[in-house]
Amino acid sequence: MNVKDKVVEIIAEQAMLEPSDVTMDSTPEDLGIDSLGLVESIFSIEEAFDISVPFNANDPTESDFDISTVGRIVEGIEKLIAEQKA
Amino acid sequence: MNRVVITGAGTINPLGQSVPETQEAMREGRCGIGALEFRDVERLAIRIGGQVKGFEPDSVFNRQQLALYDRFTQFTLLAARQAVTQSGLQFIGELADRSGVILGTSGGGLLTQDENYRAVYEDGKNRVHPFVVPKLMNNAAASHVSMEFNVKGPSFTVATACASSNHAMGQAFMMIRSGLCTAMITGGSESMLCFGGVKAWEGLRVMSKDACRPFSATRNGMVQGEGAGVFVFEEYEHARARGAEILGEVIGFAMTSDAADIVMPSRQGASRAISGALKDGRIARDRVGYINAHGTGTAANDKTECAAVADVFGTHADDLMISSTKSMHGHLIGGTGAVELLACLMALNEGVIAPTIGYEEPDPECALDVVPNTAREAEVDVVLSNAFAFGGLNAVLALSRA
Repeated sequence: MNVKDKVVEIIAEQAMLEPSDVTMDSTPEDLGIDSLGLVESIFSIEEAFDISVPFNANDPTESDFDISTVGRIVEGIEKLIAEQKA
Repeated sequence: MNRVVITGAGTINPLGQSVPETQEAMREGRCGIGALEFRDVERLAIRIGGQVKGFEPDSVFNRQQLALYDRFTQFTLLAARQAVTQSGLQFIGELADRSGVILGTSGGGLLTQDENYRAVYEDGKNRVHPFVVPKLMNNAAASHVSMEFNVKGPSFTVATACASSNHAMGQAFMMIRSGLCTAMITGGSESMLCFGGVKAWEGLRVMSKDACRPFSATRNGMVQGEGAGVFVFEEYEHARARGAEILGEVIGFAMTSDAADIVMPSRQGASRAISGALKDGRIARDRVGYINAHGTGTAANDKTECAAVADVFGTHADDLMISSTKSMHGHLIGGTGAVELLACLMALNEGVIAPTIGYEEPDPECALDVVPNTAREAEVDVVLSNAFAFGGLNAVLALSRA
């Protein structure tokens, strides 16, 4: 499974939706994921890829990690994997 | 209804190992937060905290006591000794029967749990010390205080996360006010600065890596601390009859539940607790001069708390002062309200308002007088102490000079 599919699977599970309902344009709010749900998703992603994601739940928009859409999350994760697995 | 006064206070916390030391640090806006020192700290992402430094348990407690006293119990006993000594009370005869111990803690003997889980899981040991259970239990501190001072009335421990101390002191207040007890030893203690304790908090991603800056636009989370605050609450006529020095009067208390979310605070829940404490003490809003804020330095708390204060006080919200001493000692979780009550007593008795240090930039959503960075001299008549816990459990105390 590629990075995109795995991230979508994790987010879909958090949102209690089918992976097919999650698009790259979806925002966490669109999917009904609140701040606590986001923290949990990030944790699952870290566990799945064995990486560390710089995410501060105090002010997600101010974090170094862009969580505005699923697409941005996937891009960010791909970048982190490249950096941390290099 | 009986009046309830405070006749003794004691503490050990990152700012000092007595009430005078702590209040001096608060006056000077000193920061007790620094690099954490314990095993495996290098495996943590968060490496700062308000740790009690320069405290040698071996110099205070003997070998048998150390086998039974977790660090949170040690802190409690040190603070309780100071408070009871200051009060001058001796718990004998009827007074012993009519006095109790109600203390707050969230984690109880968490260091004992951490050490012993490590021994059995990581080190593969199959034997632990026989006193692990009586050492780690949440009521250990309250029980040891009752034993040391011969206090034989209602005693128990309250665990409501970050509001534990305020809930405990509120219970103690109601015990005396209702006539059930004459004196109570009350407050709270916390000690969760160990690898497992901080690792658990890290998971929530609300911790700051550099500083606790409540109400500042640049804040980026909370910082944990450890320590205890313990007080002697006493029925007013009893205290007056024996000529005790009165440090303050507890005049109101209220508790509410948000009934909403396990971690996100609620503006309504907080404002109902604040207005409830005013109503309980029949306190006119404009008499409140200072609020010791819950002020954790998280985005969620600080905005919600300022909005709740504005809701309750209306235009008077702009005239009162509100500061968070967590900027100096960190968040003592179940012991925090007790240590923060020392800032309230300092405001009442010395006319000095403890500052919110680390304040860098105003946040329009926290547009109150947060006493930034330096202490201020001001006469205040009534003070409040806020505590809003995870789980949506809120407790607010109101105090005045007796």
